[in-house]
Amino acid sequence: MAFQPIKFYQTGTFTVGNRLLEADQRSVQANTQRTNSLNSGHRACQGCGEALGARYAIDAAMNATHNQLIAANATGCLEVFSTPYPETSWQIPWIHSLFGNTAAVATGIAAALKVKGRHDVRVIAQGGDGGTTDIGFGCLSGLFERNDDVLFICYDNEAYMNTGVQRSSATPPAARTATTMPVGPEPGNVFGQGKNLPRIAIAHGIPYVATATVAELRDLEAKVRRAMEIRGARYIHIFVPCPLGWGHEAHDTIRISRLAKETGLFPVFEAEHGEVTSVSRIRRKLPVADYLRPQKRFAHLFGEPARLDIIARIQAVADRNIRRFGLLEEEVH
Amino acid sequence: MLKQTEGSRGVAEAVALCRPEVICAYPISPQTHIVEALGEAVKSGALAPCEFINVESEFAAMSVAIGASAAGARAYTATASQGLLYMVEAMFNASGLGLPIVMTVANRAIGAPINIWNDHSDSMSQRDCGWIQLFAENNQEALDLHIQAFRLGEELSLPVMVCMDGFILTHATERLDLPTAEQVDAYLPPYEPRQVLDPKDPVSIGAMVGPEAFTEVRYLAHAKQMQALELIPQHAAEFLQIFGRDSGGLVRTYRTQDAETIVVALGSVLGTIKDTVDEMREQGHKIGVLGIVSFRPFPLAEVRRILRHATRVVVLEKSLAVGIGGIVSANVRMALSGVHLHGYTVIAGLGGRPITRKSLHKLFREAERDELQQLTFLDLDWDIVHRELEREKQKRRSGPIAENILRDVGTVAARAV
Repeated sequence: MAFQPIKFYQTGTFTVGNRLLEADQRSVQANTQRTNSLNSGHRACQGCGEALGARYAIDAAMNATHNQLIAANATGCLEVFSTPYPETSWQIPWIHSLFGNTAAVATGIAAALKVKGRHDVRVIAQGGDGGTTDIGFGCLSGLFERNDDVLFICYDNEAYMNTGVQRSSATPPAARTATTMPVGPEPGNVFGQGKNLPRIAIAHGIPYVATATVAELRDLEAKVRRAMEIRGARYIHIFVPCPLGWGHEAHDTIRISRLAKETGLFPVFEAEHGEVTSVSRIRRKLPVADYLRPQKRFAHLFGEPARLDIIARIQAVADRNIRRFGLLEEEVH
Repeated sequence: MLKQTEGSRGVAEAVALCRPEVICAYPISPQTHIVEALGEAVKSGALAPCEFINVESEFAAMSVAIGASAAGARAYTATASQGLLYMVEAMFNASGLGLPIVMTVANRAIGAPINIWNDHSDSMSQRDCGWIQLFAENNQEALDLHIQAFRLGEELSLPVMVCMDGFILTHATERLDLPTAEQVDAYLPPYEPRQVLDPKDPVSIGAMVGPEAFTEVRYLAHAKQMQALELIPQHAAEFLQIFGRDSGGLVRTYRTQDAETIVVALGSVLGTIKDTVDEMREQGHKIGVLGIVSFRPFPLAEVRRILRHATRVVVLEKSLAVGIGGIVSANVRMALSGVHLHGYTVIAGLGGRPITRKSLHKLFREAERDELQQLTFLDLDWDIVHRELEREKQKRRSGPIAENILRDVGTVAARAV
């Protein structure tokens, strides 16, 4: 049954669950008629943030396009765990070509659809942070610049998880990876300038850029829906914890995501045509240590002696995000 | 319709007649004129419906073609030299996925040292990437091969590369017989993909395949190229019927009947070789030519049939397998397994060095006397080579080779001491 009529008096609040909301307020995922675009049975790890994010994002896109959707997928965890030969979890037309060319493949699909007059069929490209911020960056920037009619979704778990947790340009400072070990005077990843893809996407002036986390899945669905209302190049960057690579409990994926947002380390916002149009404000600001401590990749910061200096530098990163995006400002009424 | 036009423009017109639906372009000499002409045709509306996409790299060009082809569109691009190398990963992917993309390669040398002129190093480097490779002898054939390439590729679900010599053909203006749209439509049916990304019938393309089936997938790629050996002559015969022109096929022979010496080559140099052979025939030399049109698949049986009765074979090629010698000749030798004859490899025309009739006369006469080295570099300037070797012997920091040599030949002013 797709729809259960409201039987109780508690309406208008999300906390009591979808079933009590009006039909148009319910999440796509709560609908029994959801497409299960990334179907069960795939090989993702327990607690995988990417599988969760992809499931919500693609089902929401399917819902928004009346199931007229094609996806191109970069090499990486999402590709490997979803399509071990001869099985596939994808219930949508799906292509995997290479690691670094997903954006361009999607451009080609969109061009083919345009020539054939299939304006109803929409195109999504998706990949991890490696396939987006590193090896796929050139093709993605080209897609943005030409304003090709594609939604690119990055599932950011901040390292190359599929190959065994190596550093990417999305790996945060001080994080331990297989190629940034917690040894020496500056343990873990370097404090570089960072490669902030959402801000780079905004700099391209494309019609729509958004960030989201798997802690706020309704927000993610809403952003995917918004993205599918727009034509041209669109980008959604989803924060997806990786229990394996980050060294946290599988049941903490949602909590870690929420902490990333509430500390200010991962700003959640929307931008249109180069301007930030909305931000998700921090409800109760938390110190970055609360986010770092549950993750083994930052364990070296909390040893004997604790690296309070490094934690302070990471706090400064969070504080800068909070100022830049006004994450603590009161909403103007 | 006869028309005096540049090779690139002729090819662009032929490609346009094939009704490509997505064309992606990234500039690299000497293929630029082809996509420029096509871009103008799309922009003006003369070629419609078609999307022309200016991409940010050759890697993206091939990737856009992959996406377009997988979504059921007829896709075309063109490249050369470094550009071909930059798209290598996507080249293997396109053939592995079985997508019938057609691409012109305006053959050009590969650096370093950087060199924009013609040889076959670029496409030869991709001989094993699973694409069909057809080599044009002249601009008319280049034009005709493109029309055949779409037909062949789509019938087999394999990508096809049409190789034409950079500058020598792409930039040469000569009389071309341009086909009519009716002729091309009669020859080339609309693209019917075997696999297509379609929400009505969702498929997963490009899934991971492990040891349990990978060999079979690769074997099928080989089997398709073997099918191409059958199809290429059939398509050439049909082409002759509709267009009235003998173009394409696996190989072309010239005066090989009773020839004791047969010269094997690919591409535009065949013209100069044929002229030389004509002159030598007049003087009583028993010499002929075998031109290879289809380098992949390589027509082993055809090559063997034609060469086996010769006394000697001279393979003249515009590419070099560093550390062993010839690339084409290695393939020719495979065709001649067990046949006793003299075989010579001649590396010629690298980086655009002219291959003159004078040099060829001398070369072929030496071959006839069996005085040729097994591996010969045509018109190699030994003085320059020896000077550089001596310099390297004398001095550890002998400097960049290319600059030293240019200074020796006087192209660069001598360094002030």
